[in-house]
Amino acid sequence: MPEEHRFHLAIGSRFENIELVQVVLKDCLQREGMDKDALEWVDLAVREALANAIKHGNEQNPTKQVHVDLRVEAEELVIRIEDEGVGFDPTRLGDPLAPENLLRPNGRGIFYMKSFMDQIEYGAGLGGGTMVTLRKRIRGPKAESPQTDSSQD
Amino acid sequence: MDVSKRQVGDVTILDLKGKITIGTGDVQLRNAVQDVMNSGANKVLINMGGVSTIDSSGIGELVSAYTTATNRGAKLKLYGLPDKVSDILTITQLITVFDVYDNEGDAVRSFA
Repeated sequence: MPEEHRFHLAIGSRFENIELVQVVLKDCLQREGMDKDALEWVDLAVREALANAIKHGNEQNPTKQVHVDLRVEAEELVIRIEDEGVGFDPTRLGDPLAPENLLRPNGRGIFYMKSFMDQIEYGAGLGGGTMVTLRKRIRGPKAESPQTDSSQD
Repeated sequence: MDVSKRQVGDVTILDLKGKITIGTGDVQLRNAVQDVMNSGANKVLINMGGVSTIDSSGIGELVSAYTTATNRGAKLKLYGLPDKVSDILTITQLITVFDVYDNEGDAVRSFA
């Protein structure tokens, strides 16, 4: 099945612009028939990716943009978010569930994304910045909410 | 996000309403907690019932509020968590850190 392009946005690096993306994202996901619960989890994951791109990638430089691309590939939602920063190594981050990190005020953004989406991948963007790809099945057996049982791996 | 403060006996309650997200709600929460701490309050209850969305920055502010209160010898507790907020605290394992209550009455009595 060919991929279907839904939207591409470029926003300036201001936190308030996250809300603009959310409006378009919500409309798009509702058109895809995503239920309210699943939509809210995707919303949160995208918020985290945008916040990271604005804060850590573009260092809140309003002249740098964050690019958001949303496609539906087969029955999977694929959202790519790319900044214009200098790149980022996600392996340097600590485990936010480790006892020594539990009371840290930061370091949970990528954990949020991993929890709320089926898959996330970090890579280099075309412009040399960081691109994160978020995937979530929107139809079929894996289209479900995140596990909240802390005994899960 | 809107924050309002009220007093029930010697317990200071912060009622939060709206989004606790990066750049807006997280800063308001930080300032509100700082204000009540600076006023000398040592029994602080946060009513989460009106929170529609909380991102990792908002969670970070809750953690900071908890550690600030604890370091000052105060108690900070939560009540009325919406399902999504409760799920997030469970996923992040912070549900084991915070004292969480279903309703205001139980939460207020817990300080006695």
